[in-house]
Amino acid sequence: MKSSYNRYITKQTKAAPLAVFRILFGFMMLASIIRFWSFGWIETLYIEPIFSFSYYGFHWLPNLGQFTYLLFIICGVSAFSVAIGYRYRLAIVLFFLSFTYIELLDKTTYLNHYYFISCLSFLLIFLPANCYYSLDALRLKNIRANTIPAWSINSIKLLLCIVYFFAGLAKLNSDWLLNAMPLQIWLPSKYDIPFLGDLLQQSWIHYAFSWGGAFYDLAIPFLLLWKPTRSIAFIFVVIFHVLTRILFPIGMFPYIMIVSALIFFDATFHERILSFFSWLLKKIRLFRVVKVNDLQKEKSAKIASYVVGLFIVVQLLLPWRYVWYPKELFWTEEGYRFSWRVMLMEKAGYAQFIIKNTKTGSQFAVNNSDFLTPFQEKQMSTQPDFILEYAHYLGTHFKSQGHQNIAVYVESYVALNGRLSQPFISPEVNLLDLEDTFRHKDWILEFNDTIQGI
Amino acid sequence: MKAVAFDYFCRKLNMKKNIIYVLFCFLAFVSACGEDDTSDSQPTDSYDRGALLLNWADNIIIPRYDNFATSLNTLVTTSQSFADSPSSSSLEEVRASWLTAYSAFQKVSMFEIGRAETLNYRNRLNVYPTNTSEIDGYISSNTWNLELPSTIDSQGFPALDYLLYGLGTDQETLDKYTTDENASSYTMYLLDLVTTMQTLTNEVISDWENGYRETYITNTSSSASGAVDQTVNAFLFYYEKALRAGKVGIPAGVFSETSLPQNVESFHNQFVSKLLLTQALSATVSFFNGEGATADFPSNGFSLNSYLEALNTVKNGSDLSTLINDQFQVAFSKIELLDDNFIEQITNDNTKMLQAYDELQRNVILMKVDMLQALSIDVNYIDADGD
Repeated sequence: MKSSYNRYITKQTKAAPLAVFRILFGFMMLASIIRFWSFGWIETLYIEPIFSFSYYGFHWLPNLGQFTYLLFIICGVSAFSVAIGYRYRLAIVLFFLSFTYIELLDKTTYLNHYYFISCLSFLLIFLPANCYYSLDALRLKNIRANTIPAWSINSIKLLLCIVYFFAGLAKLNSDWLLNAMPLQIWLPSKYDIPFLGDLLQQSWIHYAFSWGGAFYDLAIPFLLLWKPTRSIAFIFVVIFHVLTRILFPIGMFPYIMIVSALIFFDATFHERILSFFSWLLKKIRLFRVVKVNDLQKEKSAKIASYVVGLFIVVQLLLPWRYVWYPKELFWTEEGYRFSWRVMLMEKAGYAQFIIKNTKTGSQFAVNNSDFLTPFQEKQMSTQPDFILEYAHYLGTHFKSQGHQNIAVYVESYVALNGRLSQPFISPEVNLLDLEDTFRHKDWILEFNDTIQGI
Repeated sequence: MKAVAFDYFCRKLNMKKNIIYVLFCFLAFVSACGEDDTSDSQPTDSYDRGALLLNWADNIIIPRYDNFATSLNTLVTTSQSFADSPSSSSLEEVRASWLTAYSAFQKVSMFEIGRAETLNYRNRLNVYPTNTSEIDGYISSNTWNLELPSTIDSQGFPALDYLLYGLGTDQETLDKYTTDENASSYTMYLLDLVTTMQTLTNEVISDWENGYRETYITNTSSSASGAVDQTVNAFLFYYEKALRAGKVGIPAGVFSETSLPQNVESFHNQFVSKLLLTQALSATVSFFNGEGATADFPSNGFSLNSYLEALNTVKNGSDLSTLINDQFQVAFSKIELLDDNFIEQITNDNTKMLQAYDELQRNVILMKVDMLQALSIDVNYIDADGD
């Protein structure tokens, strides 16, 4: 056992795939940061809101105000530094920290693919991605190597497989498979897409997309891992993600996934890509060949393999935490995030908060747009932890305005996957009496329907 | 460069080149059109949004504006004659035409799109309560500028309400325009109010007539900048903020610790608050059902109602459109029970006022949550990625 583990972690493979991955990942992240900035989203999502929703345990994280731009600069520069492999270790740590900091600023903007980037960059911290085809390798003789431990590339493949496979498992539910929800709502509204617009009105297309999507997510890890099907699987990857790019506003994610899937190809393919880069670099006289050692001797490799192993175990377990909670997952969203549940729900809500004086009984309703952006209000009105955090904020706010004996109630309605809206949070509960915990939130009202499945 | 790179790695994949080129062209096509959400191709889906927009523009919005403009012209004429020869009879004529115009305004207030949106039209015409001390100050100093954003609560129908009904008895009111030391200033202010309203309205109408209508009826895009999305967002914003909250909720004290009867619409006249609310709600319902000025207009009836029916939005056994229409009727029945004078109603029995609010509120949920979900329209241009 011990020796087979040792054999596994010392097994070497060509370094080229990881080098290509590092370069493409770095440039894609740089592009994402520039895109985000150019759309003015730093301002509208992080600076303009007067209140932000924090993740459990990260309430202390300060909002940086105008310095948020600095955070994005750090993130962009470190992404570039990762791409060129200059002071890689420092750069990837900085990238992971700055990117994750940005995501922690406001959970309103939570997206599975941002979480994916955080996971991936955390993983990359522990991989020797700079020992080949990088500025570090050019500078530092002792880190150069054209082979690396095989587990380092396998860990990236495994993370990608986890993302796809769990996304596929999450689709095995009655709403997705039997009712073609929420695609039945989303697809017809894309009537003005050339060629596809008419087709998207057809019910059979909604079902075909639902079943096809589930099948794709579940099968693609295996099709990519198995050499005979790898090329055709990659074509599927391209078609699938390009389709999602056309149909939904999902930004850079499709491109990131397409590029990431290249890691499954073998080293000769990546060496060709690198020689193409070399050809480009030679044109602009920025290329120099140095002699490379065959084997890299890094002492920390073993420790790194433990960290990565632990990380993978966490990744395998985290999506299952929802089974500890009673009630419908889609309704309560307890254990919903960080589980690769992508595009599963069309949820809309309305939350009217009431500030009540418990002594006099007088009360008034809150105008949410006084405190929240439309985006925040939309996210808040369907997610219990948002509602609770916002209620506490309102309590503090109105207390500071001189109101006394405050209780905060909410009248809320949520519509899920095309069902008629129904009351969401108990209107009789003073939300100030509650704290956000990982325990089941029994103040969420009963969901009037059942959704079968995983 | 991109092509070279792509071709390069494709060759290394050892696959048939032509497949790769098809794939590449597909990718190039997508990256070219994917970013552009204002593609001008004609959609032909099961529900004809073109006909919907045509009904909204030609059969509802423009006729309602024209109707309002006519009543405003009368208001300007009667105000002019009152200014020329102030008398109790000419005062009554101004008051009557004020009410007619105010009622007609209730039918256009929900269309805050295009020029109306940039002009901040609804706020220029109907911010209440009006700032009486500011108005008094302008008149006694004989200087004002209604273009300034700070004067937004000193103009429009509520300011006229004050000048026509809030200056005392009929005789005292007449005196302000005749014997008062600031008489000419009062007259000038009154005239400036009505002509400003007329100018703003004509600006909105001429924009519809000179190009905006064409832009509007052809903008069938499904994006947030599409005309359907914009109109529905404006409509719901109006219903939630201006109608439900402004006319009922705020004065009934829903948003404050105590009721605020001084915040009713038409505070100085007092007897028309219910009338204006009823007019506004009728206009809302007829817009929802697509009932236009001309019943035999080709696309008369194309509406949110028929759109929901076409999408076959069945909720718990009944049509969503039916649920919404039924709820409008419940709201009407609660409003029926209210006193014409909302100040009286709020002071004597605010419960009825709150009940009317609750029934109006119920449709905010059905429209903003259920209807928007069915139509797959995002609330207010939320601009961010999804996943």
